[in-house]
Amino acid sequence: MTTIDQVPSITVAKRGESRAWRKMKRNRSSLVGAAIVLFFAILAVAAPILPIIDPIATSWSAIRKAPSAAYWLGTDDLGRDILSRMIWGAQASLMAGVVSVAIAVVIGVPFGLVSGYFGGWVDMVISRITEALLAMPFLIMAIALAAFLGPSLMNAMIAIGLSAMPIFVRLTRGQVLAVKTEDYVEGARAVGLNHVEIMVRYILPNVFAPIIVQATLTVATAIIAEASLSFLGLGQQPPAPSWGSMLNVAKNFLTQAPWMAMWPGAAIFLVVIGFNLLGDGLRDALDPRES
Amino acid sequence: MSETPVLSVKNLTTSFLVDGEWKSVVRDISFDVGPGETVAIVGESGSGKSVTSLSIMRLLAPGSSRIEGKILLAGKNLQALSEKEMRGVRGNDASMIFQEPMTSLNPIFTIGRQISEVLTRHKGLSKQEARAETVRLLEKVRIPNASARFDDYPHQFSGGMRQRVMIAMALASRPKLLIADEPTTALDVTIQGQILDLIKVLQEEEGMSVLFITHDMGVVAEIADRTIVMYRGEAVESGPTEEIFHRGKHPYTRALLSAVPRLGSMRNREWPTRFPVVDVSTGEAAEPAEVAGTVDTRKTPVLAVKNLITRFPIRSGLFARQTGAVHAVENISFDLFQGETLSLVGESGCGKSTTGRSIMRLIEPTGGEVALDGYDVLRLDQLGLRNMRKTIQMIFQDPFSSLNPRMTVGQAIAEPFIKHRLGTVKQAREKTADLLRKVGLSPDMASRYPHEFSGGQRQRIAIARVLSLDPKVIVADESVSALDVSIKAQVCNLLLDLQQSLNLAFLFISHDMAVVERVSHRVAVMYLGEIVEIGPRAAVFENPQHPYTKKLMAAVPVPDPARRGIRRGISNDELKSPVRPMDYRPPKREYREVSAGHLVQVA
Repeated sequence: MTTIDQVPSITVAKRGESRAWRKMKRNRSSLVGAAIVLFFAILAVAAPILPIIDPIATSWSAIRKAPSAAYWLGTDDLGRDILSRMIWGAQASLMAGVVSVAIAVVIGVPFGLVSGYFGGWVDMVISRITEALLAMPFLIMAIALAAFLGPSLMNAMIAIGLSAMPIFVRLTRGQVLAVKTEDYVEGARAVGLNHVEIMVRYILPNVFAPIIVQATLTVATAIIAEASLSFLGLGQQPPAPSWGSMLNVAKNFLTQAPWMAMWPGAAIFLVVIGFNLLGDGLRDALDPRES
Repeated sequence: MSETPVLSVKNLTTSFLVDGEWKSVVRDISFDVGPGETVAIVGESGSGKSVTSLSIMRLLAPGSSRIEGKILLAGKNLQALSEKEMRGVRGNDASMIFQEPMTSLNPIFTIGRQISEVLTRHKGLSKQEARAETVRLLEKVRIPNASARFDDYPHQFSGGMRQRVMIAMALASRPKLLIADEPTTALDVTIQGQILDLIKVLQEEEGMSVLFITHDMGVVAEIADRTIVMYRGEAVESGPTEEIFHRGKHPYTRALLSAVPRLGSMRNREWPTRFPVVDVSTGEAAEPAEVAGTVDTRKTPVLAVKNLITRFPIRSGLFARQTGAVHAVENISFDLFQGETLSLVGESGCGKSTTGRSIMRLIEPTGGEVALDGYDVLRLDQLGLRNMRKTIQMIFQDPFSSLNPRMTVGQAIAEPFIKHRLGTVKQAREKTADLLRKVGLSPDMASRYPHEFSGGQRQRIAIARVLSLDPKVIVADESVSALDVSIKAQVCNLLLDLQQSLNLAFLFISHDMAVVERVSHRVAVMYLGEIVEIGPRAAVFENPQHPYTKKLMAAVPVPDPARRGIRRGISNDELKSPVRPMDYRPPKREYREVSAGHLVQVA
């Protein structure tokens, strides 16, 4: 594999990177997306050092208080500060979104690549298993897996990642089938490259665009799935906050305390939009055909 | 021409909105098409010829395009019509046929239904009347057994037959004008001849006018009464076809004509000959040089193919049992010497591409022997195969899909060199620069991506990439077929130059007889997976023996308007298929030696 790394270095790999970065900078909507994602990521990381109230400290005197100077975003049914819980919750929710999608991509894409590239019985086996997994509803499978693995945030992420994986296998396989008929793939064989080199250098880069888009969309699904698991006690363990679990509690108080649902809802919405804009921008920036 | 023209185009200018600016792609074009007349618009890609026809039919996207000028069809000003009235004109007063017969028909409806729908909708015929009329139209375009094929689906028709169906559909409303946009470009040469003849005959029978869009000077010479030559959005010359061909005034016209390969232009020449290089500003051509004496047949051939067989199983049924086989390559043998070009010619499905791929083992052959520069190719293991690939390389047809869009040109060219560990990274960089110069590009283009180059340039890059391994044999699979004539000439010249300087052997796979005649030392004609005739270029072209070779040569459109009257006699033969049942035993073939090295299949 060392030879693979040599090839880019002989030309101007650096220029290629800066080209992508330059294109990214010109694309305003992707910058907005990046800013949103970055904003929440910084909040999540900085949560321990920010001067905020303890997110799990309850207060009998401040149950379901509307936003005020003391509690900027209000308080919840146990009198906990929502702003503080939002910031701490960003940790769990962003992690759930990003890590579980990473698991799905890292496992799903190679299977899809191999399945589409080799075809034959390999494809047959992988495809049939994928279809069987796809036949199970996403959330049911995540719940079953999470229950099997035991309740914790990490296990919830693994469960969500595995449940989301079949989508990536299918998507990658379909794209590979289209790309592998291109002359340049046959040309690579004619030049004497081996299967791994062809898959990594010729096929993967050409199928990556739809995978990135799918991944950003799945981040949203994963954040919501983590919320559902938390609600069932399989995700983030109470009293530690996550946006999903906050939303699930809030739904019981929609008429009395709408702010309880509003803030986590808005945050999930924003993060999802942020990831989508970022994903679109990345796809365009990484494609040398787009100037 | 005293009669009023059917189509009259005055000062047509078409512009597209590109990045907020209007860019004109067709500028100030004027021409008339008289009743019963055929006018050809000829030009290379990007000349605006198709945009002209789409402008006439108002088929361009309304928001992002702008049409100026005046277009009169049978006295009607098309510019002034509403969109609804225009729909009445399309497919009624004027019909259009397109290049790609494989995708212009809806695959889920029978062809009978698709044609009769036009009749019931536009002409208000009843179902029975429409059916009868459809059968009449299918007979008119000489589809055999028309009434039985009414209920067939498009996939049951070959490409040529589908184009006939498209023509039948276009004729359904008895249009005054037929616009044919490259209608024969995607077809095989014998089928192309049939369709051209058909259009000529139908034109006489129906008395319609034809506006024929093409890039092929041979087709123009055969079909057009008058010709308009387009270059970069402008009509540089127009006039009677004979005038254009014999006394063309504009330098571009002359450049275009001299770049057109002509069958028979190689009489009395011994060696492959470069295409004349024409100065587009003056139209003057330098006399092309022959590429003499690159072949040494006294040495052992660099590539020797013996009894090569490649079959693809056809499986069907629940358990995918083999029910037959495509005999793509059936028992072919030939030698190729250092510095020699052997051309494999034939029509689609004859197995010429499969032969090239089998020799390289990109496809696993079923049997036979391939000896390549000391390698017993069919018995190599993975490692041996990898080493063997340094010796034989391949250039593909479509320059737009033969380069990885995600790799820079420099990476693409250096990659084979580095993978085979032929030198250091520094040497690879030097080699890349050297190769880019060799193929006529500049070394500083190495950091660009393929999409920044034109088709001809990409083909040069693809050539540079395969040369990085210093191969001895190059399989060129239709490598110049997709290029414009002037570019085609340049790339052919490049290949000839490289052959001379590097003593390369080419296996040149092509369906284009005129190009083959120009570049080859020897020619093999393939038909249904077999070589039916093989021999020195002059022998095969000047003294063809096998009936199929003769048929192939006769079908090639010749860029000489004097031959316009010639009819081939409308045949509707189809290309036969090499699909055989399980118990098929290929017959034993015998060859007769016509002259030294010129063999023809006799049984």
